Amino acid sequence: MSTSQTRLVQVRQQVLKHNDLAARALRKRFHEAGVYVVSLVSSPGAGKTTFLEATLHGLRGRFRSAALVGDLATDNDARRLARAGVPIKQITTGTVCHLDADMVAGALSDWNLADLEFLFIENVGNLVCPATFDLGEELRLVLLSVTEGEDKPLKYPTIFNTADVAIITKNDLSQAVELDREAMLASIRSVRPGMSVLEVSAKKQEGMRAWLEFLESRRQEFIRSS
Amino acid sequence: MHELAIALSILDVAAEEARNRGLGKVRQIHLRLGPLSGVVKEALLPAFELARATSPLTDATLVIEDMPILIACPRCRVERPVQSLQDHGCAVCGAPAEVTGGRELEIVALEVE
Repeated sequence: MSTSQTRLVQVRQQVLKHNDLAARALRKRFHEAGVYVVSLVSSPGAGKTTFLEATLHGLRGRFRSAALVGDLATDNDARRLARAGVPIKQITTGTVCHLDADMVAGALSDWNLADLEFLFIENVGNLVCPATFDLGEELRLVLLSVTEGEDKPLKYPTIFNTADVAIITKNDLSQAVELDREAMLASIRSVRPGMSVLEVSAKKQEGMRAWLEFLESRRQEFIRSS
Repeated sequence: MHELAIALSILDVAAEEARNRGLGKVRQIHLRLGPLSGVVKEALLPAFELARATSPLTDATLVIEDMPILIACPRCRVERPVQSLQDHGCAVCGAPAEVTGGRELEIVALEVE
């Protein structure tokens, strides 16, 4: 309540306006360059790097791709991904638990985006903080492995709600962990009704063809709208 | 874990706004916070206390207005609150709906001297 000495001034300012502006600038650059940008979020160990590696291999020879990889400390993931023979850059975040649009812009500063058709951004393994920060991506994937439990989406509704597509990973282990597939799908659709869900095993190359077809069709839509 | 960064942003944005408008000393920052912003009120409040110490707005307090999650049901053609944080279907017909509110992380007012 205002006292006689104070007054209330209406303002409307987004707390993350700096990040939102930086993300908007990135999105514009991506559109102009015709590069389709996909970000990946998940908890640590859900299989982002293996999935991304298989995706980069699947696109190789047909599309020019590159990836940015966020990690708190090591460059192990970047070194693994480099085996796919595409440009990879590591973003080491130190103690920061998420990527933001400035970090992405900084990492891209010496890349010519017009040379690329796909850019992947692997976020830090964390199901909480990355939800808040727009990176300028067209498509945000949330990955969930079959070993994590059917109700994980219910525990982290925000990240599922801000993502566009859910990828269920490590599907080859679903029998070993006695996955209740319907329960997992139901919990995803409860927090994000109508969400597209793809089930894959990157290791066994199951479901990857359907994923790549989905990805390519999304990129074609993007190019038509650019 | 990222609430400290958010608290610092709140103080930066509020200080900038007060400066740009030539306002006096900021006593309160009024924030709208939605459950889908990814920012947790219980973590934000202590983080704000910590961040304030290093900010020019050392006397400002944070007033949080909790916003509901709203969905627009395409079948009922109305906007309504969701049943729970875990269930974003339409409470009446169950149809998949678009989230139209609940992502707020916005400064809406400053109380100034």
